[in-house]
Amino acid sequence: MATNLKTIKWKHFVNYIAVSVFTIIFAVMSLTGFLKSSDMYMLEKIAIAIILAVSLSMVVGFLGELSLGHAGFMCVGAYLGGKASLILEPIIGEGVLCLLISIIVGGLVAAIFGIIIGLPALRLRGDYLAIVTLAFGEIVRSVFMNSSDESFGGALGLNTPRYDKYTLFIFAFVLVLLCLAVVQNLIRSKHGRAITSIRDNEIAAKATGINVTKYKLLVFTISSFFAGVAGVLYSFSNYTVQSSKFNYNYSIEILVMVVLGGMGSINGAIISATLITFLDVQLQTILTGDLAVLQDLFYALILIILVIYNNAPSLKGFREKYNLNLLLTKFKKTHDPSHVHDDEAKWDRVPTKIQMDEVLSVDIQPQSSYTPDKSDKEEK
Amino acid sequence: MSKIVFKTENLGISFGGLKAVQELNLQIKEKQLYGLVGPNGAGKTTVFNMITGVYKPTTGAFWLDGENLTGKTQEAINHKGIARTFQNIRLFNNMTVIRNVLVGLHNQPEFKCGVVASIFRLPSFFKTEKAMRKRAKEILEIVGLLDERNNLSCNLPYGKQRKLEIARALATNPKLLCLDEPAAGMNPHETEELMEIIRRIRDDYNITILLIEHDMKFVSGLCDEITVLNFGTVLAQGSPEVALNDPEVIKAYIGG
Amino acid sequence: MKFIETLLNGLSMGSTYAMIALGYTMVYGIAKMLNFAHGDIIMVGGYMIFITMSAIGNPILGLFAAVVFCLLLGVTIEKIAYKPLRGASPLAVLITAIGVSYLLQSTAQMIFGSAPKMVLIADLGNLNIGALKLPVYTLVTLGCSIVIMLALSLFVKYTKVGRAMIAVSEDKGAAQLMGINVNGIITLTFAIGSSLAAFAGFFMLLKSPSLTNTLGAMPGIKAFTAAVIGGIGSIPGAMLGGILIGVVEAISLTIPAIAAYTDAIEFLILIIILLVRPSGILGKKRREKV
Repeated sequence: MATNLKTIKWKHFVNYIAVSVFTIIFAVMSLTGFLKSSDMYMLEKIAIAIILAVSLSMVVGFLGELSLGHAGFMCVGAYLGGKASLILEPIIGEGVLCLLISIIVGGLVAAIFGIIIGLPALRLRGDYLAIVTLAFGEIVRSVFMNSSDESFGGALGLNTPRYDKYTLFIFAFVLVLLCLAVVQNLIRSKHGRAITSIRDNEIAAKATGINVTKYKLLVFTISSFFAGVAGVLYSFSNYTVQSSKFNYNYSIEILVMVVLGGMGSINGAIISATLITFLDVQLQTILTGDLAVLQDLFYALILIILVIYNNAPSLKGFREKYNLNLLLTKFKKTHDPSHVHDDEAKWDRVPTKIQMDEVLSVDIQPQSSYTPDKSDKEEK
Repeated sequence: MSKIVFKTENLGISFGGLKAVQELNLQIKEKQLYGLVGPNGAGKTTVFNMITGVYKPTTGAFWLDGENLTGKTQEAINHKGIARTFQNIRLFNNMTVIRNVLVGLHNQPEFKCGVVASIFRLPSFFKTEKAMRKRAKEILEIVGLLDERNNLSCNLPYGKQRKLEIARALATNPKLLCLDEPAAGMNPHETEELMEIIRRIRDDYNITILLIEHDMKFVSGLCDEITVLNFGTVLAQGSPEVALNDPEVIKAYIGG
Repeated sequence: MKFIETLLNGLSMGSTYAMIALGYTMVYGIAKMLNFAHGDIIMVGGYMIFITMSAIGNPILGLFAAVVFCLLLGVTIEKIAYKPLRGASPLAVLITAIGVSYLLQSTAQMIFGSAPKMVLIADLGNLNIGALKLPVYTLVTLGCSIVIMLALSLFVKYTKVGRAMIAVSEDKGAAQLMGINVNGIITLTFAIGSSLAAFAGFFMLLKSPSLTNTLGAMPGIKAFTAAVIGGIGSIPGAMLGGILIGVVEAISLTIPAIAAYTDAIEFLILIIILLVRPSGILGKKRREKV
């Protein structure tokens, strides 16, 4: 049993190790001058994308709610963190301290917005919540767009200091590790079980005494904190922060990463964020002008096909027959369910599809205002 | 004379003009197996929904251990000690069997472990996890699902899903356990087993049980006292032999 | 005088929104899904008008072509993308709809490029009544949309098919048991919604001739706001909500201090409505069976 436990722990740390090794290799390459500055910029982008995808995957894959405002939270982080760095720079210089404080400021302000938007999340579900988060993102954008030149640069955007490119991507990947640690440790705890129970069956979760309100707020707050952190990184990695970047198409791009990675799979989100960002950068030079849209077309198709494949009731038999996990277990002859140590090995067996209740958001009555008499009269 | 654990007084709810349940007075004694029976649409599940906080009663109130719980949220009522199962099974389908029970254990004071402790993997996290698993296995043992613990709950056969729902409710350490048609869809053998499980839960854990059931054999074989509902009103109350032979009850069932 | 002009302008904008909102509300009411791609059908309609106008030059034929094409497109999307997911989780359907929206936008950009196309349908000039200067297109838009909406209301209320639609929106299973072809009704709903979107595209181009692949995105979301305000699933509600949003937008645009925030204001209204009264003004509440 002891050996068994050991292998399982090993499995849990695979993604940390992979990210660390990846980072160390590139850090060494960068310090020895093997890395072009465009590659470093790409690595920064990849780190940002991973943080965004992992944090969104918490909301979509584990809580089972759709947020279309992730770019909005990132926008808050980018502007506030960028502003903080502009204020701090003359005082403490543009060193690590400035970076850290800006990241904390950007993250925290985004987290506060997460709480603000998480509050409606307690009353709304599904489609309505998605629309509210979308509306939030657009409002944030519009506010920064129309800000005065002195405050946030208005329509021209906020000019931010570009952080030292040789080290920024290393910091960015350290933040990726931090984000991974927080999200994974939370998900793989009793609190994570509570969160996934809300996704699986909110009514049963309530009846089992799970504080649904608390956990929805928690997830929204942590997720938006990291979106904010990603925003601050963005502001450090670019010379300007422009509100037009954070439109809802960007939120959808992040969603594509989450869906492509397999909803509820953190490792999947990491891989697909890396892959999509890498392709993005490579294709940018190949596909120019209106051809660039080919990529969007491709993403759109991926989104549609994957979701239909994973969720269509009529394809259930097909999915079960040609299941990737099943094929893998066939190769592993040693696989024997009785040897599995309890539930441990199944932590990552979070489903690739989301199951929400068969009812729509409108079916849910806010508890506080619910009086059966009133609502029924209105029905007539 | 054992003490009264749960009581309702004049409990009622109406949807628009329809009085779904009215003037319900229950007095359930400690360790009692109390049955709620009645034809379809009699308002039995509505009673469950009221006493678990899904609906707010329009009239009356209910008490658990002398504490008025009327109008509290579902979570709060569960914390106070009323747990339930659902008529149409509501499991956490994408979780393994043991995790379903672990969710039930979530709020138990002995398994307290904050969000921060979990994120930073403090020693208390590992201690709690271990203890929770041990307890969850004990509970699964009671309902006979220990061997299934690593299977996804949606892959269980129907009868076992019902048992798992009971296990999950039991994990919340209730004083009153409300079972909504626990034997529905079970074969005679499974039903026998279930009756045994329910008795054991009552005896070993001192839990009072309120159950809804259609199967009259099940009810008369198990319950100490029953209430018969029809169209939201009480037709008869008392021991199964007396209540089920009440002329009003026979009329409601057979028609007449 | 200025106020009356603004109000009329708002009414005409609002009636366009109302027409889009009708599509949302009917699909939501019957297929129980938020058709995120609905706004982009408008854009497709716009490009159809553009193609026909460049080929033949007749705007009415353009409108006709747009209606037919959008109708077919709406039905096809429903068949390919949404129908397989019937019975799947609402989240999956929503994400697919987002994918379809994305797909339509990028396909349009592939074909027509990102530079805006100019589609001058007709310059109808102004109608001067004393000091009142009314652009004729606002009157045309308002008039046409009132006729269309009235026709739709009567259709749903008094025809057999219309009543079948109400039945499906109330309870799919029961409607099926009553011998109603539920799949057929859902297809019909998409057909009607999409052709209304084509009309909306026509009126939008009548107002301002610039056509890009994101023509329908913003109006789509605003129209969804309108549908929610009016109470999703309710036809009169969609009209009311559309008009309200249009008038708010027109008024907000005339006040310099807040003109730039017009979109934000509309979204804020949406959030507030969803928080305070998620069932909208004319919508009905639903309860979940436990």
